[in-house]
Amino acid sequence: MKGRITLVLVAAALMVFAGYAALYVAPDEKTMHAIQRIFYFHVPSAICSFVAFFVVFIANFAYLGTRQPKWDWLGVAGAEVGVVCSTIVLITGPIWAHPVWGIWWTWDARLTSTFVMWLLYTAYLLLRGFLDDPQRKAMFSAVFGIFAFLDVPLVYFSNRLWRTQHPQPVILGGSNSGLDPVMGKVLLISFVAVLCITAVLITDRYRLERLRSEFDELRFRAESREAERASKIPHAAREARVE
Amino acid sequence: MQRSATSFAAELIALGEPRANSQPSERGPAVNPIGIAFEGVEKRFGSLVALRNVSLEIRGGEFVALLGANGAGKTTLLRMAAQLMKPTAGSVALTGTGSKSEDARGFIGFVAHTTFLYDEMSAEENLHLFAQLYGLNDASARAAEALTACGLSSRAGSLVRTFSRGMRQRLAIARALLHEPRLLLLDEPAAGLDRQGLAWFGTTLERLRAEGCTIVMSTHARNESLDLTTRAVSLAGGRIERDSGIDGDPAELLAELRSAQGGEA
Amino acid sequence: MTTSRAAAILLAKELRLEFRTRELLTTTVIFALVVVVLFSFAFEPTAADSRRYGPGLLWIAFLFAGSLMLNPSFAREQSNETLDALRMAPIAPFAILLGKMLANFVFLAVAEAILVPVFAVLYNVSFSGVAGRLILVLALGTLGLVITGTVFSAISAHARMRELLLPLLLLPILTPLLIASVEATASLLAEQPELDRTWVAFLAGFDIVFLTASWLMCDYLLEE
Repeated sequence: MKGRITLVLVAAALMVFAGYAALYVAPDEKTMHAIQRIFYFHVPSAICSFVAFFVVFIANFAYLGTRQPKWDWLGVAGAEVGVVCSTIVLITGPIWAHPVWGIWWTWDARLTSTFVMWLLYTAYLLLRGFLDDPQRKAMFSAVFGIFAFLDVPLVYFSNRLWRTQHPQPVILGGSNSGLDPVMGKVLLISFVAVLCITAVLITDRYRLERLRSEFDELRFRAESREAERASKIPHAAREARVE
Repeated sequence: MQRSATSFAAELIALGEPRANSQPSERGPAVNPIGIAFEGVEKRFGSLVALRNVSLEIRGGEFVALLGANGAGKTTLLRMAAQLMKPTAGSVALTGTGSKSEDARGFIGFVAHTTFLYDEMSAEENLHLFAQLYGLNDASARAAEALTACGLSSRAGSLVRTFSRGMRQRLAIARALLHEPRLLLLDEPAAGLDRQGLAWFGTTLERLRAEGCTIVMSTHARNESLDLTTRAVSLAGGRIERDSGIDGDPAELLAELRSAQGGEA
Repeated sequence: MTTSRAAAILLAKELRLEFRTRELLTTTVIFALVVVVLFSFAFEPTAADSRRYGPGLLWIAFLFAGSLMLNPSFAREQSNETLDALRMAPIAPFAILLGKMLANFVFLAVAEAILVPVFAVLYNVSFSGVAGRLILVLALGTLGLVITGTVFSAISAHARMRELLLPLLLLPILTPLLIASVEATASLLAEQPELDRTWVAFLAGFDIVFLTASWLMCDYLLEE
């Protein structure tokens, strides 16, 4: 408990510091000016979404290997946080792009892959919503999660290949080329801040899922005991549901 | 196994014909009877515990009546024996087969609440399919024999969809017996059988018993012919409540349960 | 018995079941035709347009028709729990999955065999001279579709809203396949038709990756 509070406080402090740094400390970018500062949260969010989805992959693998529910809890935690991070990327990207290049979106490899990745993990979460049996839910979402993770590199490469065959104006070029050292430091700070927030969110969501699972079990037991007391049918038919 | 496209196609075409090299599966009277051992078996479905700490050893050749109210765990136990599901804890093992799990499935026959039949295929096609899947030589002949035995050969070509409940149940039983299983699991097998079917089923059980087949039949104490049973085991709340034992006499236990379950269907 | 023999037996069963009713095949073909016709209302294709957009249209039609067709495949096994009967037989679980994949492949291939000539006629596109290579591209693309689609239909068979869920799961996964198939088909329709080896290799890679993944995870898919 204490550890968690410390982590939350540290993450919050880092975020505040990073926000301040991004807005005031970082130098103004010569062509894009103020709007470029979104970059300090856009890029870390992207990286953290990958981290989250990698966590999902590990969790899926571990679940199939061990069948322990905790890996399923970690999987859904990672997926939800990953989708949130991806959503931030997909929203901040166009906000950044429009004033600078006059377009909201372009179908280059990176953006397209991010969008498809977002779709895949949203599908993962929806799949869970449509499966009722908890064991099936865990099993099948683990299988789908692994397929999705295998697919992401394929999505990226197919888009890259396609775009090299049909070259488009390079709009969002490598934003890390020739980065001003101060900018680099601010980026690092904000990356650490976003990573901490991500970690906090994943652990919290994991805890929530664990508590939910325990609650369901306790409620089920309570209901069965209640039903047993209320009915007069011989114990044989009831005992199966007790405990 | 290397296979060219043409030989694969040829095999598809020839699937109806008897195969020379199928797995041998002719088994006459069992020389090595098969048993089944449950050790510390637990099965959970989420929060629901269907079986808890069930340990039961069934020796080859026994005819066990599995009794208990609905929800006691009989179906779960049978499905586990049929290798359809694995226990959450503990182990289920066949004894006397000396083979790995894939072969073991070839020794087991299961009759359940559903028919396990394809409604849109004919009786003959259904049996032929399963005869092939169980690796029987001359699958067509075996299918035809089974149809004659259960009295459905006149309807061999009709779709199962057109069958009455009694006929479907007969066919379902015939399907389970097709590969001459040495462990027969029955989950209320007589439900829906007509008079003719019941008679056939009764004689079949007698024959199987004589051949040394191990039979586990779940039932309500009032139904079916329980005179052939060698043992009665009752389940309640996922546990074994009573067991007349390997060498015991099930009659007493059965009588007790019959009177206890007075009003129950 | 070997997995391939068991899969062959199950394939024969699937074909027998389908050719008796033909409901799956007819609806798949008609639906794909509807998509093809609809597109002609969405834009008026000149010959140049057809060469440019044709492959995309064709593959979208196959994807949509395919994802609709895949659900009934496993749903069929649920009515009398015949899937359990197959699991009890002494065959490898992968044989069950493989049998379904092959059956779905055959059905979709039949639909494509009808659709491609119809498309060629409706949009004045000529496939002459590239027929063999086209069949290769169609086969590889369709394989990827049925491999992933069959796995996901096994999943969605147990879920609510399965008709919506399956396309939702399948189509994002298939975006690389769509790109590859469309590009490979387009290069066959170009001024100088040629087989784009890169994309064909990509398709083959896609198929292998997901077939392997299906094989490794099929026990989890089929267990109770």
